[in-house]
Amino acid sequence: MPKDTGIGASQKRREDVRFLTGAGNYTDDINVSGQAYVHFVRSEVAHAKILSIDTAKASELPGVVQIFTGSDFEGVGGLPCGWQVTDRYGEPMQEPPHPILAQEKVRHVGDPIAAVVADTYAQARDAAEAISIDFEELPAVVDMSSALDDGSVKVHDNLKSNLCYDWVLGEADDTKIQEAFDAAAHVTTLELTNQRLVANPMEPRVAVGDYNRASDEHTLYTTSQNPHVIRLLMCAFVLGLPEHKVRVVAPDVGGGFGTKIFHYAEEAFCTFAAKACNRPVKWTSSRTEAFQTDAHGRDHVTKIELALDDANNFTAIRTHTHANMGAYLSTFASSIPTWLHGTLMAGNYKTPAIQVNVRAVFTNTVPVDAYRGAGRPEATFQLERVIDIAARELKVDPIALRRQNFITEFPYETPVALAYDTGDYHGTMDRLEANGDFSGFAARRAESEAQGKLRGLGVNCYIEACGIAPSNIAGALGARAGLYDAATVRVNATGSISVLVGAHSHGQGHETVFPQVIAEMIGIDESQVEIVHGDSSKIPFGMGTYGSRSLAVCGSAMVRATEKVINKAKKIAAHLMEASESDIELKDGTFSVAGTDKSVAWGDVTLTAYVPHNFPLEDLEPGLEETAFYDPANFTFPAGGYACEVEVDPETGHVSVERFTAADDFGNVVNPMIVDGQVHGGLGQGIGQALLENCAYDESGQLLTGSFMDYAMPRADDVPFYSVDHSSQTPCTHNPLGVKGCGEAGAIGSPPAVVNAVIDALQSGGHDVTHIDMPVSPGRVWEAIQK
Amino acid sequence: MYNFEFERPSSVDDAVQSLGGEALALGGGQTLIPALKQRLNQPDKLVSLTGISELNGISMLSDGRLSVKGATTHATVAEQAREHYPALADLARHIGDPAVRNRGTIGGSLANNDPAACYPAAVLGSDATVVTNAREISASDFFTGMFATVLSDNEIITEVRFQVPSSANYQKFLQPASRFALTGVFVAKFADGVRVAVTGASENGVFRWADAESALSANFTQSAVENSSVSPDGMISDLHGSAAYRASLVKTLTKRAVAAAS
Repeated sequence: MPKDTGIGASQKRREDVRFLTGAGNYTDDINVSGQAYVHFVRSEVAHAKILSIDTAKASELPGVVQIFTGSDFEGVGGLPCGWQVTDRYGEPMQEPPHPILAQEKVRHVGDPIAAVVADTYAQARDAAEAISIDFEELPAVVDMSSALDDGSVKVHDNLKSNLCYDWVLGEADDTKIQEAFDAAAHVTTLELTNQRLVANPMEPRVAVGDYNRASDEHTLYTTSQNPHVIRLLMCAFVLGLPEHKVRVVAPDVGGGFGTKIFHYAEEAFCTFAAKACNRPVKWTSSRTEAFQTDAHGRDHVTKIELALDDANNFTAIRTHTHANMGAYLSTFASSIPTWLHGTLMAGNYKTPAIQVNVRAVFTNTVPVDAYRGAGRPEATFQLERVIDIAARELKVDPIALRRQNFITEFPYETPVALAYDTGDYHGTMDRLEANGDFSGFAARRAESEAQGKLRGLGVNCYIEACGIAPSNIAGALGARAGLYDAATVRVNATGSISVLVGAHSHGQGHETVFPQVIAEMIGIDESQVEIVHGDSSKIPFGMGTYGSRSLAVCGSAMVRATEKVINKAKKIAAHLMEASESDIELKDGTFSVAGTDKSVAWGDVTLTAYVPHNFPLEDLEPGLEETAFYDPANFTFPAGGYACEVEVDPETGHVSVERFTAADDFGNVVNPMIVDGQVHGGLGQGIGQALLENCAYDESGQLLTGSFMDYAMPRADDVPFYSVDHSSQTPCTHNPLGVKGCGEAGAIGSPPAVVNAVIDALQSGGHDVTHIDMPVSPGRVWEAIQK
Repeated sequence: MYNFEFERPSSVDDAVQSLGGEALALGGGQTLIPALKQRLNQPDKLVSLTGISELNGISMLSDGRLSVKGATTHATVAEQAREHYPALADLARHIGDPAVRNRGTIGGSLANNDPAACYPAAVLGSDATVVTNAREISASDFFTGMFATVLSDNEIITEVRFQVPSSANYQKFLQPASRFALTGVFVAKFADGVRVAVTGASENGVFRWADAESALSANFTQSAVENSSVSPDGMISDLHGSAAYRASLVKTLTKRAVAAAS
C-alpha cells in the first residue's frame, strides 16, 4: 500500500498552492521604496570598438538619476570564472576579463555598453535612446572552426588566440588510442552538432539592489539558484565588499535550468549602483534581453569514433569536440565540456580505452554555460547515436549490442576518471522492455504505414553524474568553489522545526520533499516542518541547487543535522525518564525506554530543551538546533534506458512523438510523484532539443532566433503522455538517503532516443539516412529524404 | 512604448476624421501592440476601431456572399461563420491561440498582410471583395507584396465579402516556433472553377497557384495536381525551411486540401 507520509509518499507539493493561486513572491514582485529603474544600452553588433560614448544629452532628460559606462567600473573586478581548466600541455586555460560594462570593445550582440538609471523604466529607455555611441565595427567570428584558423579575428586582443584550452581526458597518448583503433574489427564514425540552446525559464532574470547608508549594508534581490554563491563571487571577485555587509535574497524562482546559477553583470551593477545613486535600483529583463544575455547551453561540434572487436565488444572510443564558450567565460563555462562531459564518455559500457579531446573556443556570441544536463547530454547524445549507427552497420539488435557491453560489476572505475558506485543497467533495460511494448511495435508500424506514415523506434541508455564531489578532488581539477552543502535544523520549543538549507528550489519542490525526510526520521507530521531557503542572511553557507544535487548533497546535510538533533533529544529524554541514553528509542514522535512502558513525547522533550528546568545543564547546553555540512564522497550515478516511438510524415517531414517510455534508476525515491514530474519536465526539454529548439546566429553574429517567433519551445501538444518507471533502484552507496538525483535525467537521456527513432523510421521507408542534426525539424527531415 | 494619444470613436466617419498625420488605426492590436512595446513604431495617436458597432458582425448578403465586418474577431468568425462558410470558420479557429483569436480582427490581419498570415489565403482563394470607407477592392488587387496592400494611410477596412464556394478547405503547416503558416493553402471549388491561394511560402506574400487551379478545375482530385509543381524561385528560404521545401509543401498541402474538400 502506498505510504501517505514520510519517505516514499507521493505528497502533493505544498508550494503549488501559492504558485497556482498567484501568491508566489518572485523577484519582480519585490519593490523597494524609492527605487529607480535601470535600462542597459546593449550592443546591436557582434564585434566593435567603442570610439566614444556621449551621454550629455541623455543626462538632461527628465527623470534621469545617473548614467554609467565602462569607465565607471575601472576600479571594479570583472565577472569571474569558477573553474580553471588545465590544458593537455599543463597550461592554465586562457581567461579573458569580463567587465560589468564593456571596456573599449563589445564582443557579442547584447553586450552591455551603458546603463541608465532613472525614476521610471520608460524614462530610462528614453534616455538610453539619446545616448550617442560611435563604433568601429569589426569582423565577427562566429564559427568555431574558423575561429581557430591562423589569422582569425580575435575575440580578445590580449589572448594568444581564440582557443580557451585544448584538453584531453582518458588515453592522452594519440598513438596508443590509434593502436586500439588499428586493432578493431569495426569502426563507426559520426560527426554531429549538438546545437546551441536558450534556457528560457518562464521567469526572466531580475535584480534589485538596495543600500542602507546607516548600516553600510547592501541587499541584492535576485533570480538565483544559489544566493550564497552569488554573494561570494560578487563580494570577493567583483565589488570587493565584505560578505557580512551583503545580503543576497533569491525569493521564489520561476525556473532556472542552470542559467540562474551564474553571476551576471546586472546583479553586480544593481548592487554597485544602489550605493552610487543612493537609491534602490531595479532591473527586469525583457525576453529579448534574456535571449541576448542569459548564458546559452550546449553548442558542441563533435566527431566520435567507436571501435569494436569481431565479437561486437566495444574496444575504444575517441571523441573530438569543439565547445563554444561564447565571447566571455561564464561562471562555470569551462567545466561543462570537460569535467561534466568528458567524464561521462564511458556511458553504461565497459570500453577499455577512451580518449576525449575538447577544444574550447571563444566566438562573438553570448557566453555558453550549464543548461539542464550540462555536458552530460552532449556526451550521452554522441555515444548513444554512434552505438545505434554501429548496430545498424553490424546488423545487430541495438538493445542486444548495448546489453552485451553493459558494465555489470560495481564499483567500476571508468577510463575517464569516474568511479561508478552502483547500478543495474540490465534492470532498467528490463523495465524499459516491459513497459515499452516493443513486441507490439510491428503492428503499430503497420498501422502507421497504412496511413502513409513511417514509424520508428529508438532506444538508448544514459548515465549521469550528479552532485559534483568531493570538494578536494574537484579543487584539484580546477574548481574554485567547494561542493558541499549545509543545513541547520532548528527545533522550536513546541516541537515544530525550521530547516535552513543551502539548496534553493527553482521548481523542484524542496518545501515538500525535505520535510518528508525529517518526518520519517522523527515520526512527526510533515506540517510541523518548514523549509527556509534563498536568503543568505538566514541560511548557512550552502552551494545551492544545480546538477541534480539538492537531495543527494543538501538532503544529506539535513539528515546529518537531524541525526545530531535526535541524539541530543535522546539525552534529554533519558534525563526526563531517568533512564540510560542507550535505552532510548524514538518512534512515531515518541521517546520510550526499551523494555518498559515509560515514554515521553517529542514536544515534551523540545519544550524541555528551551525551558530547561528539569534539564542536565551540567552536561548539556539548552536548546535544540544543529547544523551539518556535508561533502559527498563521490558523485551519484543515476542511469536508465529510454525508448521513443515517432511517426514521420514523409511528405512534409513532420515528426510526431507517439510514445515515450522512460526507465530510470534514481536509487531511493522520497516523493515518487515529484520524481515523475521531474522526469516529465526533463523529457519535454530533451524532446524540445531533439525536434524544435535551435539558437542560431548568422555569419555577422546577429542572433537569428531572438524571440519565440523563431526559437521553437516545446508545447504541450509536441509531447506524448509519458510512461515513467523508477522502480529499478540501486541505492547510492555513499549518502545516507541512498538517493541519486532526478532533475536532469530526462533532458540527458531523451534526445538520442528521439533521433534514433527518426532514423529508424526513415530507414524503414527505404531512405538511406544515417544522421540528422538536431533539431530534427520538418525541413531537415524532408531535405534528408530528398537526398 | 512611446507616449501616444488614444481615441475610441463610435463611427467609421469619426475614425477616419481622427486618422491622419502620424495616427494609426488599432484593430485587435495583435501585431501593432507588440511592435509598439518594442518601440519599433512611434505613432502620435492610436485610433481604436473596437468601439464601432457597424464594424462588427457576420451576415449573409442577398447576393449569396458572406459579409464579415472589418473589426470582427477571429473567434467570432470561427463561431458564426460555421454554418455559412465552414472552411473559413475552420481557418479562423486555427489562427494563433485563444487570446489572439479573441482580440485579433480580420481587418487588422488583412491590412497588415503578414506573409505567413492565414486570412489572405482565404480572401484571395474566395475571390473576396475588401470594402473600405472609400472603395471596394477585389482580392486580386488588394495584396501587393510582403506586408503591403493597396490601402492608403487613412483607409479603414470596413467589411470583407466572401464568395462562398461549394466546397473548400484550408491546410496549414505550422512554423514550429511562431505557429504561423510555414505554408498554408486554401482551396475553394466554385461552379465556374477552382481557386488555390497560397500563404507563407512566397517572398511576395499570398499568391494563386494557376497550374493547380486549371488542373483542379478540370478534375477536382488529388491526382490532378500530381504532375504539377511550384517553382522554388521566389519562395522564402529561412531557418525553418528552404525554398524547395516550401515549394514541396505547397503541392502536398494542395493535395490534402482537395482531399479534405472533396
